[in-house]
Amino acid sequence: MAAFWQRLWKDRWAYFFLAPSLLLFLVFFLGPVLWSAYLSFLDYQVFSTRWVGLENYRRLAADPVFWLALRNTFLYTLGVVPLWLLKALIVAALIFPFARPIQTFFKSAFYLPHVTSAVIISLIWLWIFNPPFGLLNYLLSMVGLPKVAWLGDTRTALASLILMQVIMGGGSTIVMITAAMGSIPAHLFEAAYLDGATRVQAFLWVTVPLLRPTLLYLVVMGTISSFQVFTNIYLMTEGGPQFATMTIVYLIYDTAFKQFQFGPASALGVVLFLVIFAFALVQYRFLGSEVEY
Amino acid sequence: MERRGVIEQQEDQGRKRTPWRLPGTLRIPGRFAATPGQVAAIAVLIGAALLSFLPLYWMVITALQQPTLTVQLPPEWFPKAPTWQNFAELFGRPLLGRWTLNSLIVAGGITLAQLFFSTMAGYAFAKKRFLGRGFLFWLYIGSMMVPAQVTLIPLYILMSRLHLISTYWGLMLPSIAGPFGVFLMKQFMQSLPSELIDAGRIDGCSEWGIYARIILPLAKPAMAVLGIFTFVGEWNEFLWPLVITNTSEMRTLQVGLALLQDEMPMAWGVIMAGATYAAIPMVIVFLSFQRYFLKGLTVGALKG
Repeated sequence: MAAFWQRLWKDRWAYFFLAPSLLLFLVFFLGPVLWSAYLSFLDYQVFSTRWVGLENYRRLAADPVFWLALRNTFLYTLGVVPLWLLKALIVAALIFPFARPIQTFFKSAFYLPHVTSAVIISLIWLWIFNPPFGLLNYLLSMVGLPKVAWLGDTRTALASLILMQVIMGGGSTIVMITAAMGSIPAHLFEAAYLDGATRVQAFLWVTVPLLRPTLLYLVVMGTISSFQVFTNIYLMTEGGPQFATMTIVYLIYDTAFKQFQFGPASALGVVLFLVIFAFALVQYRFLGSEVEY
Repeated sequence: MERRGVIEQQEDQGRKRTPWRLPGTLRIPGRFAATPGQVAAIAVLIGAALLSFLPLYWMVITALQQPTLTVQLPPEWFPKAPTWQNFAELFGRPLLGRWTLNSLIVAGGITLAQLFFSTMAGYAFAKKRFLGRGFLFWLYIGSMMVPAQVTLIPLYILMSRLHLISTYWGLMLPSIAGPFGVFLMKQFMQSLPSELIDAGRIDGCSEWGIYARIILPLAKPAMAVLGIFTFVGEWNEFLWPLVITNTSEMRTLQVGLALLQDEMPMAWGVIMAGATYAAIPMVIVFLSFQRYFLKGLTVGALKG
């Protein structure tokens, strides 16, 4: 026991440097995470909180809105992440052969929407999607197409949000992919070209496989952030029309801060975490294997 | 295939390591002999860049357009008579200055605190051996997988018990506690040579002195990256400020802007003026620290 205290005393400076951050982390991050799991088993009221076991989860499973939200969140992610990555890959491949200044110019151009907030992007696109006066319907009318309700139609609302996210996003992805491309040794390409590969073939069979660790990282990060989509929904559709754009995080917000049902909302949070965790695991399985060069 | 001039080829050979380039491509600018493929590539790039830039352009144009002309069809791509009227109306709103100040205080405060606490903890994890080190670092890493919304409700309850709802502390504390900065700093400080620390100790530097006078100056590049990304991220943050503020005075600019749209739903000119106003500081930050944005992301990212 004495040896234990001696060890702690010997390391005292390490704990001194760690303490402020660790204290904040425990109180305002890790503690709340655990508390959230606990809350999901409670019927939480200000004056009468009681343990209800799995009741909150049972109610979720019986709630059609929850399943809609889960489905929409999946569809949104499945729409956004692959398109996003495809766009970034193509742009990175096109940018890469050019000299530094041109690369920098295009990277900046694609990055700029990335520093404008989700609130601003949402407001702009609310205006662009506006059915009578918006830019998008005007452009459609110029080529003779009829007006579309975009966010107001159950068939197009979610697709509109995906479209917006794909057009505005991808800036940081492009930067990371070009950086990873730069670290691929040139002799691999020389070998491919000597063997008679075309540029497209070299890209598909040399570049893309070697980018796998970067792509895996980007898929996992993109999935996590797409699963958390909230601001766009809050400002543009509030989950409507008829729950067509209801997502998990918006449902958490709605359940907790509009209906003040903290227990069920916490259960939703736990489900969100489990879904994200499962997705990340599957992605590591399928895309994970080590790449050496 | 190669249509480069002799001089350029000699230049290339003169350099120690020629950067890899697709065969048949030329550096631009240089001697202009772009291949059709390059012209097509540039055209596609410009098209795609314009597509994601157009919405921002449209925001500025709508903000500068006369309110009566905003809803006319066809719209004017270049307003014939631009006006500051929308901005005047925006600045005439009572709380805009307060919201801007709140955003500055919150984003700035979080950034400073993050820098201070993350460098300290990052230093401990990178350069010190202590009991529980592996486990604690694993906790930090593991918690980066947890979506922030999971902590939303417990944090709200916690803040209400601490009477911190609608206060600067309530707005700032959860973001100060985030684990990412510690991870970033640990990754960077690991690459600093430990001999410097030993040398400092031999020269009689105190433990605090080693951190403050040796480690911190060397960590400046990583601190710049963390600082810039934290500031931009927090300036743009929406969900937590929305939940934790219930008085108009304590709203941040983003929340204020979102509620402005509720208050004057059809006034697109004023709303776009507000969006432009909130975007400008971040565009300035981006343009001034461009190289950090275009390089910084790879600091601490997975390597291979």
